[in-house]
Amino acid sequence: MKHDTSLALEYRTEENENRILGFWLFLGAEIVLFSTLFTVFFTLSHRYGNGPTPHELFELKGVLWETFLLLTSSFTCGLAIHSMRLGLKKPMMTFFIITMLFGLGFLGVEVTEFITYVHDGATIQTSAFLSSLFTLLGTHGAHVTFGLLWGTAIMIQVKKYGIDEATANKSFIFSLYWHFLDVVWIFIFSFVYLKGLM
Amino acid sequence: MKNKGPLFVVFLLFAVLLSGCSPLTVLDPKGPVAKTQSDTIMFSVFVMAGILAVVYILYIYMLTKYRATKANEDYVPPHIEGSKWLELIWTIIPVIIVIVLSVVSVRSTAAVETTPKGYENEKPLVIYASSSNWKWHFSYPEEGIETVNYVNIPTNRTVEFRLYSYGPITSFWIPQLGGQKYAMSDMVTKLRLVAEHADSYLGRNSNFNGKGYAQMEFEAQAMSPADYRKWVHDVKTTAPALTKEEFNTLLNTPFVGRKTYSSTHLSFSPPPMEGKDMSNMNMDHKTDEKDSSSSTKTDGMNMNHMDGMNMDSMNMDHTQHSNN
Amino acid sequence: MKWDEFFVTGEPMIYAADICIVLASLAIIIGLTYFKKWGYLWREWLTTVDHKKIGVMYIISALLMLFRGGVDALLMRTQLAMPNMTLLNAQHYNEIFTTHGVIMILFMAMPFIIGLMNVVVPLQIGARDVAFPRLNAVSFWLFFAGAMLFNISFVIGGSPDAGWSAYFPLASKEFSPSVGNNYYSLALQISGIGTLMTGVNFVVTILKMRAPGMTLMKMPMFTWSILITSVIIMFAFPVLTIALLLMMFDRLFGTQFFTMTNGGMDMLWANLFWVWGHPEVYIVILPAFGIYSEIISTFAKKNLYGYKSMVVSMVAISLLSFLVWAHHFYTMGMGVVGNGFFSIATMAISVPTGVKLFNWLFTLYKGRIEFTTPMLYALAFIPSFTIGGVTGVMLAIASADYQYHNTMFLVAHFHYVLIPGTVFAVIAGMHFWFPKIFGFRLNERIGKIAFWFIAISFQVAFMPLFFLGLNGMTRRMYTYSPETGFGPLNMIATIGAFGLAIGFIFLVYNIYYSFRYSPRDTTGDPWDGRSLEWATHSPVPEYNFAIIPTVDKLDAFWFAKQDKKSLFEGKKIEEIHMPNNTGGPFVLGVVFFFLGFFLVFSWWIPAIISGVVVLILLAMRSFERDHGHHIHVEEIVETEQKLRGDNA
Repeated sequence: MKHDTSLALEYRTEENENRILGFWLFLGAEIVLFSTLFTVFFTLSHRYGNGPTPHELFELKGVLWETFLLLTSSFTCGLAIHSMRLGLKKPMMTFFIITMLFGLGFLGVEVTEFITYVHDGATIQTSAFLSSLFTLLGTHGAHVTFGLLWGTAIMIQVKKYGIDEATANKSFIFSLYWHFLDVVWIFIFSFVYLKGLM
Repeated sequence: MKNKGPLFVVFLLFAVLLSGCSPLTVLDPKGPVAKTQSDTIMFSVFVMAGILAVVYILYIYMLTKYRATKANEDYVPPHIEGSKWLELIWTIIPVIIVIVLSVVSVRSTAAVETTPKGYENEKPLVIYASSSNWKWHFSYPEEGIETVNYVNIPTNRTVEFRLYSYGPITSFWIPQLGGQKYAMSDMVTKLRLVAEHADSYLGRNSNFNGKGYAQMEFEAQAMSPADYRKWVHDVKTTAPALTKEEFNTLLNTPFVGRKTYSSTHLSFSPPPMEGKDMSNMNMDHKTDEKDSSSSTKTDGMNMNHMDGMNMDSMNMDHTQHSNN
Repeated sequence: MKWDEFFVTGEPMIYAADICIVLASLAIIIGLTYFKKWGYLWREWLTTVDHKKIGVMYIISALLMLFRGGVDALLMRTQLAMPNMTLLNAQHYNEIFTTHGVIMILFMAMPFIIGLMNVVVPLQIGARDVAFPRLNAVSFWLFFAGAMLFNISFVIGGSPDAGWSAYFPLASKEFSPSVGNNYYSLALQISGIGTLMTGVNFVVTILKMRAPGMTLMKMPMFTWSILITSVIIMFAFPVLTIALLLMMFDRLFGTQFFTMTNGGMDMLWANLFWVWGHPEVYIVILPAFGIYSEIISTFAKKNLYGYKSMVVSMVAISLLSFLVWAHHFYTMGMGVVGNGFFSIATMAISVPTGVKLFNWLFTLYKGRIEFTTPMLYALAFIPSFTIGGVTGVMLAIASADYQYHNTMFLVAHFHYVLIPGTVFAVIAGMHFWFPKIFGFRLNERIGKIAFWFIAISFQVAFMPLFFLGLNGMTRRMYTYSPETGFGPLNMIATIGAFGLAIGFIFLVYNIYYSFRYSPRDTTGDPWDGRSLEWATHSPVPEYNFAIIPTVDKLDAFWFAKQDKKSLFEGKKIEEIHMPNNTGGPFVLGVVFFFLGFFLVFSWWIPAIISGVVVLILLAMRSFERDHGHHIHVEEIVETEQKLRGDNA
């Protein structure tokens, strides 16, 4: 194993470097995945069948809450990594916990929103527009859910082993993932909700 | 090596077979559209034959000249990086060939997508050809008649087939009159063909659509305009009218023989959003629904669901609720 | 669900298959128990993370799938040999051509190529393993789970029957009510995830783990082709993931993506499918180009002609491959502009492909050509693939395609591309690298008999289809009437198909024969090779290279041999760090198999449990702190001496 101490901890072994590059590539594939979902959504976004239109469906309030929660969680996730670089375990854990809580809040609002839609008679089976909407949002939501589980697992490891090459690497990769979900959300916010409400 | 010779012979046979007075259906056109396509095919075959010849000559040369068994004991092949000029040549010449073929492709495609030359002045005869299960329905809106599994057309007049499907995607193909086009459930596609010889042509669905696919053929009978008028007149006077019930029964029967009717299904089961731009057709769909009377609409929808899957009927119930 | 719906019933052929499956499974279990090989199987294979063994497992699976897909092909060809044959009914025929297509592309061609790249790429770049050995094992077991899931469909529940392209609405629940297409969406999804991870794994491996001195432009051509292929995989497979997900939603949850009501759009499926499907064609053909480049240059005893333009042309092909998907449905009515664009883009691909072809021909120029079995396949590839290529250009002309579309002409074209392109390549690659993996060559005489059967029968089987297509015979029709006149040419094609089968039997027999009788190769370099994989021993030790070679040019090993130098000079043997074996990937594969199986039948509770188990397995992996193990210097020296000792 190469140990180059001039590098940040998460990059310090060859395997760590490989993992980070590999994860960037995986995010590239994720971009394609979400692009495909967006394309499907745009293709079907005017096919309402007999179901409701975005105007009848969307409410800005919940969406703004979701946006606020996820964006803030992305920021605190960045702060957590910053603390990690400084070797400060306690602030790192605190910021991670805040990140997770905000993520959980986002998910809560999203689930409430889904329940409202379904109560309004807008289910995933109603129309092509709604199928693609639920699938796009649901895929993002599933990613957030997975992120919460994953992030929690990493937090436990940081607590157990402290900040070392392995946990630093994992935390950093997790932060990449979390920021990515934030970017996807910004696209959803702009091109699904704002465009739908315009 | 030695035995690639036969391959070359096979290829020559291939070229000779194609270029000779060949009996192959596609290369035996009976109308201007198929003629354009057949000419395009033959042109491309000759270009491709040229390319094959160059490759095969080089190939045979390399294999006969540079075999290890022919070389001296101490022959060591030289190190050759490549050659700018040669590599440039075999980039540029193919580029030129592709440009030529692109022009041919675009022009011939434009030609087969519009009314054939010489027939522009006359209004085309419109026939709706729709597929359901494993049969074809032909509706003649101008004449007000409908046939199943056979279509009669006048010679020397453009026939505009408007294609759609009551189920899986099918493809409408009469090889000797011209190439195929898809028939789909949510849009109408158009195929313009002209028959220049009075004859019977085999037509079929060429896109796989389930169990009865192999049998999904129809006869296209081209007849002189006089004969055609007489046939239309006969149908109008002797054939029964096509009722909604009769049409539903037809849709639900996997295979039927030939049928002839003195009215069409277009009034009670209209084709999907005809000739409208795909991007905004849903908006139109919505307004259409609002304008038309509700009974027509439900019938039209039922047609689409002849198999009556539970799931779909559930959805329909659901949508009706939300409308109410 | 009743049992007679669960198991496929009423077909004598299926009962025979059932019996065969049960007997074969029993034979395997009894054999393993009798020879006490369970432990060996578990330790050496099921838990391995060694790229060479994973590669071998991929190749064995691919050969099995070749057999399955081949039997499908023979059944189809027999059914079509004469008009009005009644060997298969329509439904059975529809299932068989669907599984033939899916299996040959996704469970034969892809894994065969992935198997070869697993074996060869780390060796060619002088690495100890791939970047993520454990992920590599996960990839394999996911592929294997997907393949098994797909294959049980023909005895449990029924096979998919809507064609390998599964066009909607035909593949919807309304028109294909059996669970067959659920199998399609889930089996492909599971193995597709594995493939995606392979793509990521190999990009990192090739970018980060090359031997010192091996810059990108000094990499062997096969490695280049794998790098590009892996990038295509990364960009194409997520599209398939989504397409299959939506298909699953439509079929299991009643969504409206591709339905005929409530705004669903059937052609959206076709678009998504081919946005993945066309690059997929290049995923299986570019590695083949890489294999041929290695073989032609090795047996012409010359360096590859126009190395740079070979690389550039592959990059060009990979970019263009994403711009041509709509040529699969010119007949949808896209109009002149749409069809024109895709027509020109498609024909443009012929330019870089042509460049490659001429470069291969000029690699032979002034060479010293040896006609070994792998070389024979490579040489048969050139003329046959050219026919496949030029007919591809003919198909690209949109107006003419209206006449070729869905006909046997198209079938002939893509078999002319895929068989001489991909199948010949993987067979050639298998013969070529076989001694590297197992330490002995396949018998040349039997190999050549197999080759001649395969090469000639291929022409006999597929040349007639061009003419059948032009005569109006469409693909996928299970029978035809005598009046069509399709009979004689179909008979010829069927004879060819059986000739191919004989060739493949010789091929498999050759593996058995060579295992028993072939003289062991002690040099590690039986073909007088050019790239790094020939610089180490055969069979390759676990750690690949005792000392990582240093490279200064392309074909460094070849030049080192010429100059009587060593690539290992000036370095000492050091301790080697290796990953530990693990049962995790295998268990994950098993759980994914059951997850897929339960979803196929919409058994929600077991499916949810399986999903939770998957998450638990992932969490366990996350908490595991596995630092691998070290092989000590003495141990390496000993192994090396033993391997060298064979030399003496």
